[in-house]
Amino acid sequence: MTLLKTPLNKTHIESGARMVPFAGWDMPVQYSGIIEEVKAVRNACGLFDVSHMGRIDIQGSAASDFLNKTLSVDVNKLKPNRAKYGVICNIDGGIIDDCIVYKFDSDHFLLVPNASNKTIVIDWLNQHKPKSNVSMIDITTQHAMIALQGPKGMQTLNDQVQSDMSLLKMFNFTQEAFCGTDVMIARTGYTGEDGVELFVPESKAAHVWNILVDSGAKPCGLGSRDLLRLEAGLLLHGNDMNTKINPFEAGLEKFVNCDKDDYLAGPALRKIRSEGPEKKLVGFYVDGNRAARPGYTINHGATQVGYITSGTYSPTLNRNIALGYVLTELIDNNKNLKCDIRGQFTDIVITKLPFYSR
Amino acid sequence: MNPSEFKFSEEHEWVNSTNNGEFTIGITDFAAGTLGDVVFVELPEVGSEIKQFEKFGEIESVKAVSDLFAPISGTILKKNENLTSEPELVNQDAYGDGWLITIAPKDLTELDSLMSSQDYGKFTESQSH
Repeated sequence: MTLLKTPLNKTHIESGARMVPFAGWDMPVQYSGIIEEVKAVRNACGLFDVSHMGRIDIQGSAASDFLNKTLSVDVNKLKPNRAKYGVICNIDGGIIDDCIVYKFDSDHFLLVPNASNKTIVIDWLNQHKPKSNVSMIDITTQHAMIALQGPKGMQTLNDQVQSDMSLLKMFNFTQEAFCGTDVMIARTGYTGEDGVELFVPESKAAHVWNILVDSGAKPCGLGSRDLLRLEAGLLLHGNDMNTKINPFEAGLEKFVNCDKDDYLAGPALRKIRSEGPEKKLVGFYVDGNRAARPGYTINHGATQVGYITSGTYSPTLNRNIALGYVLTELIDNNKNLKCDIRGQFTDIVITKLPFYSR
Repeated sequence: MNPSEFKFSEEHEWVNSTNNGEFTIGITDFAAGTLGDVVFVELPEVGSEIKQFEKFGEIESVKAVSDLFAPISGTILKKNENLTSEPELVNQDAYGDGWLITIAPKDLTELDSLMSSQDYGKFTESQSH
């Protein structure tokens, strides 16, 4: 299979990034090294090509009602130029994907799902799309999506634009001229740091990228992005949630309005809410030097009571951290949980998420 | 560049003789690069036996954990204690300060089943395409 290439593919290869296949795309997994990149984002700022994420343009007089029916958040209450994080659940309340929805005006939205789930999301939405008054177009390849993240990110951006971008509120977005290019700037991210995500016309992507690199933003790959999101306690679909997991189990209930009218997953989610989830996602500190990796089992005595969904060494905290599911009844009485790390039963302790916050 | 006097295994370990009949073992620069930042290396105790092409330890990077395979058989004489506090030495200097263990070899003919530096270069080139 031929891998898809983002508008920045050539830039990555010419800069010597290590490229890997990811969700059908040829993506940089690392530039200088994952730990160095994590430190740059935590202490200064880093730059990520996230153009592989899906971009679905949804327009029409019925668009808002359609999204309100399919997304977990109250789309009808969303104000123009604001974005919201939510999940897309199936009829049983299982999580098809998590996404951000951006509202331009009352009949125009942009939906950004994960690269790996874009086709599944489009199929699901198509099944529930009204026959008229909604158009849905996959515009992923029209723009590059570049994330500028870190405490020095806003200053780096402000050097290139007229308006003071630090005034842009979290999860708001705006259009702004960036070195003569019209760019959509959203105060969003996936690293636990302050920052923005830029939607740049495909033809100008390398230009914008290079300007930001020249201004001191460190180019980063997907490896450090994954580590940064884990330190920030942010979930990754496919690891920490999937169609067999509901938002109450994943701890995402605050991004779900079960009670809104016509919500497709509403009946299933209200039932889950009243019964309470059997297992829940929690964060762990893992003893010792060996990291708990996805799929490792969590035991209480001789019984398996859970499993790890993400886990690695955290350079920011200098210890091993993990996310995983544990039977709800064991969470408050957090005693003697052990993770089977390749035969070595290692103490793990439930800890409040996020592991790291700025 | 891979040192010309070293021998290499398909599992990306290197072995090199030192002056006194001991052999030093490590992972290759290619392997270190593929693993990414190494955060933990688990090695067997001094005095234990390792067997050619069998697992003798684990190397953990921020991305994943991989098994270490012995390029030749022997008895462990030393392990690189610096890796406990500075596992990144494996990334920084895979053929030098990032060495893993030294051994007293059991059977020097085992070296014949390993690749030369040149052959290993071709091997990794074919793997990265």
